[in-house]
Amino acid sequence: MAAQATVSSAPPRRRRFNRDRLTAILMILPSLIFIAIFVYGFIAQTGYTSLTDSNALQQLSRLPANFIGFSNYNDMINGTLNERFRTDMVNTVFFTVLFIVTCLVLGIGLAILLDQKVKGESIFRTIFLFPMALSFVVTGVVWKWLFNPTSGLNALPTLIGLPRGEFRWFISQESTLNFFWQDVPTILGFAVAAILVLAAVYFWIKKRSMVAAFVMAGGLLLVALVTFGDPNSLITLERPEQKGFNLALIALVVAAAWQMSGYTMAMYLAGLRGIPEELREAARVDGASEFGVYLRVVLPLLAPITLSAMIILGHISLKIFDLAYTMGGGDNLFIDMPGLNMYFLTFRGQDFARGATVAMVMLVMVAFVIVPYLITQLRGEKSL
Amino acid sequence: MTTSTLAGQKRRPYSRILIYSVLVIVAVAFLLPVYMVLVTSFKTPDQVDISTMWVPSIAPSLASFNDAMQELAPNFGNSVLLVVPATAISAILGSLNGYVLSKWQFRGANILFALMLFGMFIPYQAILIPLVQFLRSIGLYGNLGGLILVHVVYGLPITTLIFRNYYAEVPTELLEAGQIDGAGFFGIYWHVLLPISIPGFVVVVIWQFTQIWNEFLFGVTIAGNNSQPITVALQNLAGSQIVEWNVQMAAAFLTALPTLLVYLLLGKFFIRGLLAGSIKG
Repeated sequence: MAAQATVSSAPPRRRRFNRDRLTAILMILPSLIFIAIFVYGFIAQTGYTSLTDSNALQQLSRLPANFIGFSNYNDMINGTLNERFRTDMVNTVFFTVLFIVTCLVLGIGLAILLDQKVKGESIFRTIFLFPMALSFVVTGVVWKWLFNPTSGLNALPTLIGLPRGEFRWFISQESTLNFFWQDVPTILGFAVAAILVLAAVYFWIKKRSMVAAFVMAGGLLLVALVTFGDPNSLITLERPEQKGFNLALIALVVAAAWQMSGYTMAMYLAGLRGIPEELREAARVDGASEFGVYLRVVLPLLAPITLSAMIILGHISLKIFDLAYTMGGGDNLFIDMPGLNMYFLTFRGQDFARGATVAMVMLVMVAFVIVPYLITQLRGEKSL
Repeated sequence: MTTSTLAGQKRRPYSRILIYSVLVIVAVAFLLPVYMVLVTSFKTPDQVDISTMWVPSIAPSLASFNDAMQELAPNFGNSVLLVVPATAISAILGSLNGYVLSKWQFRGANILFALMLFGMFIPYQAILIPLVQFLRSIGLYGNLGGLILVHVVYGLPITTLIFRNYYAEVPTELLEAGQIDGAGFFGIYWHVLLPISIPGFVVVVIWQFTQIWNEFLFGVTIAGNNSQPITVALQNLAGSQIVEWNVQMAAAFLTALPTLLVYLLLGKFFIRGLLAGSIKG
């Protein structure tokens, strides 16, 4: 790379070239400064605010806010008053998992069907993708009407003489898979351990590398720690607080998947079109059935797309705001999300410090998903 | 290729029927909300009955659209006044940035680009509190100017990304030819790159138009009462609980109409922008 650069900036045009290079940097500089301030400067400021006790009173007094360390974060996890935050975290996890799974299944299913050289493919594609062009606010308003418990979707079966649906959709107050907030460290511990063990098995089968042994040891150690230690004591909240999967979230998943599964389909379809026909033909010649061709040849090649789609969908669901706002309005905690909590804390409650705390938690969750993705995407691009 | 599919079709006629039935059923399901919006908005309030929700009106009326139009007209105007300059400015800046990042690579450019891209994925809640304070301090809080600035800045990552990838496909020889002719940074941009940039601009303009038109969080936190974009007005209308369903549905339809038209007319470019959002596509 360096050698090439010296060759191409050979003496005759060097002066001119350098002046142009300077112009180029000057042209992009304003954008870089804007991003530096509006993204990184503001994030730093939000981070600092989350470590203070800034609120409306403090702002009125015109005195600087007190630095109180991580106690806002502690309050969110353990404080009696912040139950909403904990409900939102649980909601986010269930919503994200269900939303991703629904979009992936629908997306790959539709993409494979459309890949069968069907007539009217472009019409189908247009239908599956059009919700992407809409605002989440439009989606929310329309689906709220469709989810009306006494009519809407519930009334559809009556059109063909079946009994009316009984599910109350987004105003349902039922929940399942219930647990207590105090159980969260145990659940998280086992979840992480399970991931480590699975990763170890994967490493061993694929690469036979010794890393597998270390990862496996880490996983088993974590299992031992969670089983014999007392992880629940990490939560200092006294009152047992029940959490669970609120069935009302299903309504949110249906609306969100209606909007986004076409996007997943488009990603998969682009991937499918990139697979050379010869590969499939070769498998067919080897006697594979059409189903077998997909299972053994096509699906493994689509794995990177699945990962990209999971990350794109995941970061959307972690920061979802508009849809939950339109359907829940901030009063319906069964479909509440951290983005809404942040909005109400900050703009209705004037509790800037706690609003900033929720915002930082959201940022960390999204960064966890996005940063490794950005790094791998841009690294893989080096050849360009 | 064709022969193998024909053979496939002959071998399995039932699977073809199955494929089409599934596709049609899913397509109908996807269109149900559209049907509901249209059926409801063509009714008068007294015709909106929960028991006949799915049945079209015998005497369709345009009254709901009229009501919705009156409610939303000022906000529709706000959205237009917001979208046009914000889209134009962010497209131009993105094009220049993309040109620099693809053809004038400097040391550290890739890292700066990655740092820039991160700005496209963050939850905007994480910058909202300082943003509001900042806009207030420079007098851009509560008006369209502030919203335009915000959409331009946070639109930079995606517009830069799309143009960078677009210009990366342009052969460097073309630029070198321009250089030999004595063209500098701007000469090459103006005479070589810009004339072939139209498809790139179409993708970026459609993408930004759709994003900004549909945006809600900045609209609800930064705009003032007189500068609320249409999504905020629609949410207020739907959340007020006193507006009839037929008007709500007509309002949702009007809000969706501009982006929907763009999608139907220029879908190919829309999908290109969509896939650019997943970086490599």
